[in-house]
Amino acid sequence: MNIGEWLPFSVLVPLIAAPVCALMPGRTGPWLLAFLGALTSLLIVAIALPVLWQGELSYPFGNWPPPIGIEYRIDAANGLVALLVAAVATFVLPWARIINNFEVPERQGIFYALFLLAFAGLMGITLTGDAFNVFVFLEISSLSTYALIAHGWDRRALLASFRYLIMGTVGATFVLIGIGFLYMMTGTLNMADLAERLPEVRDTTAVRAALAFIIVGLGLKLALFPLHLWLPNAYAYAPNFITVFLAATATKVALYVMLRFIFTIFGHDYSFFALPLTAVLLALAIAGMFAGSWVAMFQHNLKRMLAYSSVAQVGYMVLGIALATSAGLAAGLLHLFNHALMKGALFMALGTVFWRVGSVRIDDLSGIGREMPWTMTAFALAGLSLIGVPLTAGFVSKWYLIIAAMEAGQPWLVALIVITSLMAIYYIWRVVEAAWFTPAREARTPVSEAPLSLLVPLYVVVAANFWFGIDTRLSVGGAEAAARALLGGSP
Amino acid sequence: MAWLGHFNYWVVVILMMIGFYAVIARGNMVKKIMGLNLFQTSVFIMFISAGKIIGGSTPVLREGITVYSNPLPHVLILTAIVVGVATTAVGLALAVRILEAYGTIEEDELVDPPDQPADESHPGMPAGKGDTAA
Repeated sequence: MNIGEWLPFSVLVPLIAAPVCALMPGRTGPWLLAFLGALTSLLIVAIALPVLWQGELSYPFGNWPPPIGIEYRIDAANGLVALLVAAVATFVLPWARIINNFEVPERQGIFYALFLLAFAGLMGITLTGDAFNVFVFLEISSLSTYALIAHGWDRRALLASFRYLIMGTVGATFVLIGIGFLYMMTGTLNMADLAERLPEVRDTTAVRAALAFIIVGLGLKLALFPLHLWLPNAYAYAPNFITVFLAATATKVALYVMLRFIFTIFGHDYSFFALPLTAVLLALAIAGMFAGSWVAMFQHNLKRMLAYSSVAQVGYMVLGIALATSAGLAAGLLHLFNHALMKGALFMALGTVFWRVGSVRIDDLSGIGREMPWTMTAFALAGLSLIGVPLTAGFVSKWYLIIAAMEAGQPWLVALIVITSLMAIYYIWRVVEAAWFTPAREARTPVSEAPLSLLVPLYVVVAANFWFGIDTRLSVGGAEAAARALLGGSP
Repeated sequence: MAWLGHFNYWVVVILMMIGFYAVIARGNMVKKIMGLNLFQTSVFIMFISAGKIIGGSTPVLREGITVYSNPLPHVLILTAIVVGVATTAVGLALAVRILEAYGTIEEDELVDPPDQPADESHPGMPAGKGDTAA
């Protein structure tokens, strides 16, 4: 069997494990099954990745040859995103066990089953080569995500989940309308086939409307400013494990789908001329970068602060893509990868603090740096990566973004990137200042450092931020291969 | 009367806008979900209309029939209907939980002081799941 025939299992294993998980009693069993499911996916994708850098792999389901049957078609672009999703799940789960025992003490079987469904959905969106299949997996992952967010301990989690459900469903339905128009015009749903047939009908209103619907629909899912309104509360009130997982993967996968539609299916020579995409995406990206960073500077709830910072970071990714050059696309994909590492580490550090203190309000965390030095050092180190200090992953992606902006003849963008990075310094510094330079609040009971079982996974992710700041073979190489695959015509 | 030829699509547009309006303008969560449902259903009608071929029969292989309607949109929409039902179920379940936690499902009446921890009385205490949520 070649590796191409194994790839569907990276979706199927978590999908099949989910109902089993739901039936399992206790806490250890469901957790172990979820971990094994994620690990299996990671191993399959990691083994396949070297092959994907050279070319693409295809798997027709039920041996129905595409474009009749549903096909999984994997190249360097979705290989990179799939690796990211599976790796985040695998490396966060060991940390999540203790956290979840505290935050979601009951019915963990269901909880992990929902997680596996969300994970399988994200993997499915990433790997599939069929436009309608994207919609189905999008809804599988979204529906389980709504339920997962509602598991948050605060009752506001329910409201956040409900609002996300409304906005997410509207977004997914927009995508469905777009796919419907594409199907009406071409009679096919296979992405590669769509890319071949669209040029004949590309100058019609229906195809332009399809592009617009799909971009707005996916813009909702990836929290592109001003469609980000669901994100801050959903991240702030979800259980910490879910926040880490969503922040590191969900918006990234939606962004990947948008890239697939813009570059592969419609073709970038069409997308950027049929609609004023460069202008629109550039304006929204810059607005998102500033609005997100600005609001983040004044948040009291630190999870919410990081969530607004995510809106700003999505802005950086979209900025790279809006340049519509291969360097810009590679920079956007690189930031997609690196941002998952830094936000994952930051939210993990905050989750560890929450586990001890029971709050993530900045006032409650004064003096916490002296009580939990290792956890807060991890936060500060990951914060450096978010700011973009040299030797961190954040620096590498901002460096490539700045180079891409210069090459595209837009040097004024560099100033905007630097200004928003300065804003990031401010909101990370606020936390450092509260943690180390303010006396502890008297009302708060002193806490002790987190155990090693939480610190080790946390430091693994923090170390990844520095690893990919120095050894960029996987991140930059992967992003450039992905950009080539996306720009090279059909998937 | 060319516009009558696109009767289905007019219905789709009207239904979609009614649904979308309800989602945006209504404060009651159940009404919002109904609006969302209407919005999704209109898209289903759009797909089904596109699959109809004038003079075409039901897509079941039979003697003496040469023109069939396109069955693929039907299959797609069968999946989409399942998704729609699941969305409605999750949405209503959330509305029930919100009613239990807040005592109302009217958006205007839901009040939470922004950025205040719900358990301000025990700062420093790990907030258990049962403290605020039902």
